[in-house]
Amino acid sequence: MDFSIILENIGIYFEGLRTTLILVSASLLLGLMIAIPLAVLRTSKNYVIQAPIRAFVYFFRGTPLLVQMFIIYYGFGQFEAIKASFVWYFFKEAWFCALFAFTLNTAAYTTEIIRGAIEATPHGEIEAARAAGMSRLLMLRRIVLPSAFRRALPQYGNEIIFMLHGSSLASVITIVDITGAARIINSRFYSPYEAFLTAAVFYMALTFTIVFLLKKLEFRWFAHLRPQTTSNTPTKV
Amino acid sequence: MFNLHGYGPSIIIDGTLLTLQVSLSSLVIAMLLGILGALAKLSPSKPLQLSAQTYTTIIRGIPDLVLMLLVFFGGQVFINQMALAIGYEEYIDINPFMAGVSTIGFIFGAYMTETFRGAILAVPRGQIEAAYAYGMTRGQMFIRILLPQMIRHAIPGFGNNWLVMIKTTALVSIIGLDDMVRKATLAGGATRKPFTFLVVVAINYLIITSISVTALKWLEDRYSLGVIKA
Repeated sequence: MDFSIILENIGIYFEGLRTTLILVSASLLLGLMIAIPLAVLRTSKNYVIQAPIRAFVYFFRGTPLLVQMFIIYYGFGQFEAIKASFVWYFFKEAWFCALFAFTLNTAAYTTEIIRGAIEATPHGEIEAARAAGMSRLLMLRRIVLPSAFRRALPQYGNEIIFMLHGSSLASVITIVDITGAARIINSRFYSPYEAFLTAAVFYMALTFTIVFLLKKLEFRWFAHLRPQTTSNTPTKV
Repeated sequence: MFNLHGYGPSIIIDGTLLTLQVSLSSLVIAMLLGILGALAKLSPSKPLQLSAQTYTTIIRGIPDLVLMLLVFFGGQVFINQMALAIGYEEYIDINPFMAGVSTIGFIFGAYMTETFRGAILAVPRGQIEAAYAYGMTRGQMFIRILLPQMIRHAIPGFGNNWLVMIKTTALVSIIGLDDMVRKATLAGGATRKPFTFLVVVAINYLIITSISVTALKWLEDRYSLGVIKA
């Protein structure tokens, strides 16, 4: 194994790292913004509101991300109507297709995570909010969502890692993310070990950083669940 | 609604069969590795614990695609270097089926390890002690006591892993295996109708996952026969 190839070309990996980070954070952010209203609507008892969201979640959780990405990247070009309209300006770009697919995919998974968290809200909290005369929206904003986010955090953390790993698929549609960088190096120097092991190290570093940050965040958000240590209680004089 | 230009049987039948073949073969490897990993993690031996821990940690840190490319391209180089070292001159092509199945099996072995570990821990300790008290050997205890009881606890996690795994098999199309995704991409390119073919594939996946969910539900009920539900 000859890692000098990697050291000479490390720049490609760092560019790839940038692309991966932008792609993942943008799709997570957009996906979360879509997922929150969908999750709230999904808990509605009205079947007409529930059904389309159920269908959306069912499709995106039941099919591989790769197929979803292919449908958007290769598939949309089949329709003259799309090609003729202004949206083609976006959909002809590989990175936009990847972003679009990742966003919808993570939105579907996140909707389910947040829905589960919302449904786990203790009934007493809702009753108390109603008794205090809160409107539905106010109750959602002050009571339901804050505690739902807290309950959703561990699972959402998994979703973040899942999305980071899923983003490596972008390399299949010509995007040079970390995996894409490794594929370039591999085809240029025919050195699969060096190329892909380096990519693996980058992903591991990212994964463990994210896990570490999530642990810290969980520690903060679940502060009220920690057993009180004696040092925290004020000593009686 | 879907005019498949004669590609239908090839994608829907051959492609689906290959996808199922890859999934089931990977599942066998994953379950074996999962059981071994779980037993290693729970064993009193420190080196065994450590190696199982390293295995699951590393796998969870690396994307499936990167691992698969590493095994496929790296395995190619490795096998040829080995062959050359023992004096075999001809070029060996690595079989994408083997590369795909072993990678997916290896990855999901790590997830199965966690599932099985949890399931083993969920079996009351007294059951195992009682088995030993009756003079059962370790193997007997595992087959007669531990395994039948841990299955119930393992099924939900196992089901999740299986559903994720079926979808992961789509990646084998990238290393050139003719599963339904690759067949659909090729047919879509030839007929200039990629959307139609890819949607057929998507529906196919939905059917497979829906059947799996139903089967898993049945299995879970079956293994929970002796448990009173609240």
